Amino acid sequence: MKKRVLSLILALCTVFSVCFASLPAAAAAGSSKTKYSFDKSGIDYQKFKGKGVSINVYNWGLYIAEGEDGGMNVVKEFEELTGIKVNYTMYATNEEMYAKLKSGGAKYDVIFPSDYMVGRMIEEDMILPLDFDNIPNYDRYIDDSFKNLEYDPQNLYSVPYTWGIVGILYNADLVKKPVDSWDILWDPDYTGDILMFNNSRDAFGIALKRLGYSMNTTDKKQLQEAAESLKKQKTVVQAYVMDEIFDKLGAGEAAIAPYYAGDYPLIKADNPAIEFAVPKEGTNRFVDAVCIPKDCNNKEAAELFINFLCDPVVGYENFLTIGYSSPNKGTYDMLPDMYKKNEALYPDQQVLDNAEGFINLDTETNEYTQQLWTEVLSDDQHVNKWLIPIFITAALGASLYINISRTVKKRRGTYK
Amino acid sequence: MKSKLPALPYLIWMALFIVVPLGLVVYFAFTTADGQFTIANISQVGQYTGVLLRSIWLAAVATVLCLLIAYPLAFFLSRANYSIQRTLIMLVMLPMWMNFLLRTYAWMTLLETSGLINKLLGLIGLGPVQMINTPGAVVLGMVYNYLPFMILPLHSIMTKIENTTLEAAQDLGANWWQSFRRVVLPLSIPGIMTGVTMVFVPSISTFIISRMLGGGGNILIGDLIELQFIGSSYNPNLGSAISLVMMVIVLLCMSLFNQFDKSEREGIYG
Repeated sequence: MKKRVLSLILALCTVFSVCFASLPAAAAAGSSKTKYSFDKSGIDYQKFKGKGVSINVYNWGLYIAEGEDGGMNVVKEFEELTGIKVNYTMYATNEEMYAKLKSGGAKYDVIFPSDYMVGRMIEEDMILPLDFDNIPNYDRYIDDSFKNLEYDPQNLYSVPYTWGIVGILYNADLVKKPVDSWDILWDPDYTGDILMFNNSRDAFGIALKRLGYSMNTTDKKQLQEAAESLKKQKTVVQAYVMDEIFDKLGAGEAAIAPYYAGDYPLIKADNPAIEFAVPKEGTNRFVDAVCIPKDCNNKEAAELFINFLCDPVVGYENFLTIGYSSPNKGTYDMLPDMYKKNEALYPDQQVLDNAEGFINLDTETNEYTQQLWTEVLSDDQHVNKWLIPIFITAALGASLYINISRTVKKRRGTYK
Repeated sequence: MKSKLPALPYLIWMALFIVVPLGLVVYFAFTTADGQFTIANISQVGQYTGVLLRSIWLAAVATVLCLLIAYPLAFFLSRANYSIQRTLIMLVMLPMWMNFLLRTYAWMTLLETSGLINKLLGLIGLGPVQMINTPGAVVLGMVYNYLPFMILPLHSIMTKIENTTLEAAQDLGANWWQSFRRVVLPLSIPGIMTGVTMVFVPSISTFIISRMLGGGGNILIGDLIELQFIGSSYNPNLGSAISLVMMVIVLLCMSLFNQFDKSEREGIYG
């Protein structure tokens, strides 16, 4: 989900140095045989060996294990196992991925949309139903509570990849009040210490939940009420951020921020005073899924890749890199207790029952929410909207006047 | 006959990557998602007048500041001897070797309330000053990032002003203000024009600076456009309409400015 945009860009900046650094390492690793044992029952991973098949995988930045710190390089392991070449590219937002697919500029075989985006792509007929015979690991390992979710009710199109909840991260040294409600994000006592999502869906989700409404409401009145409360909140908010919260919370620059639970251990490692709380009003449970777009090159090879991702060992390695909870039962069993018992990563059933997933909203609601969100972010809405046309006309007039007066002067020969 | 052949690669490049995309922007701006003609997108831009005005204002302030800082420096540089010039120009370019994003990111840690500058201020007993997440921080980010684009054109035009020209002015009895006003300033106008364009245009459309240094609470027109294309709004038609309106406004500003330039120059040579 909305994975580290900033880090992705920063990572790209250093890509050259990394390339050079990893050349010898890659060459050395290339010759060695795999040390992992994968579950190969019910599937022929060798099917495409030597046939020159390749698939295009389009994933979030930093959303797969890439072999850092001696871990598994998932893409490379898959290539060695199956002989299928993987062209791996990355995106930073659901919308970026959606736009790329919609424009038809590129063909992808495997994509990783979030819950509401899966719903939207199903609705717009952009992804294919999966052949679960080619993904035996799905039945074997994916937890039943992550099947048939609201965005894909019959679970025909998607396999869950990661999941998590949104909660409040706070610095226990600075925040002495009990944190059990979204109200703390509106608390004037913490003016200037509060960070907020720079993302309309998450921000409105919180505001709606706080008011006791559904995160998926299409009622304009409720949305408007949420927008009003977000505008009020603006006076206590320090900044609207996404991944910047890693720095700001870590360094003690801010004290309270809502964020994705999967990132909690990372921030906690940076600053041990950071704690995690789930508000009593309920929260958002998100799922990032794996899907196959309509105009893929090789659906079966793509399904092999999805099956590989559902392997408990691969899931475990991915968990270590990504940090987001895995819907894989096999992976869960492999995890050390410190992760299993972490109430942010694997919360109580009660929290999950009280949580809500995003579904795809209709275009009108989406546009309305966006409009409200822009209003929240730009506070001087009372500016006359005719200013732009007036300015353009005035500028055109002035330009015309200068030119005409100049020609007139030139013709008279008085221009000096 | 002068051959146009050498310009051909660029002409092809321009047609493919500038003219065609511009046409697409116009097409998107005037159509709905289904490809029907509409002016709803353009009229919707009116809602964002406040955002647009703030962008113009901040970009203008940053441009003026850049000019005020760069002009004396460029003049000093152009009078210095060659080896000093080379070293100093190198120093001006040095920050540009580093990625734009990293430079802005560095300012974040400097300006934060618990950041370096405030820590230093704390040492001499001054309370923490709110610097980040203000319009001032955004302007600072723009000035810092785009200053070289102002210095370089100014410097290259000023090196063409011979010392003898200045001496001639002094011979004719001009004091330093008069020789500046009547000789240096008019001769450096083309450099000012280029510099202003090269600072103003990227400043007005920036989005990452306002997001990183401005706190994201007061968005600029660049943020708004980004939201429409890869952000959560995803409405390329509206995004194109906003871009188009912004493009027209920038073009108008520039053309007005250029006419001022023409009359200045014709004033000298005419």
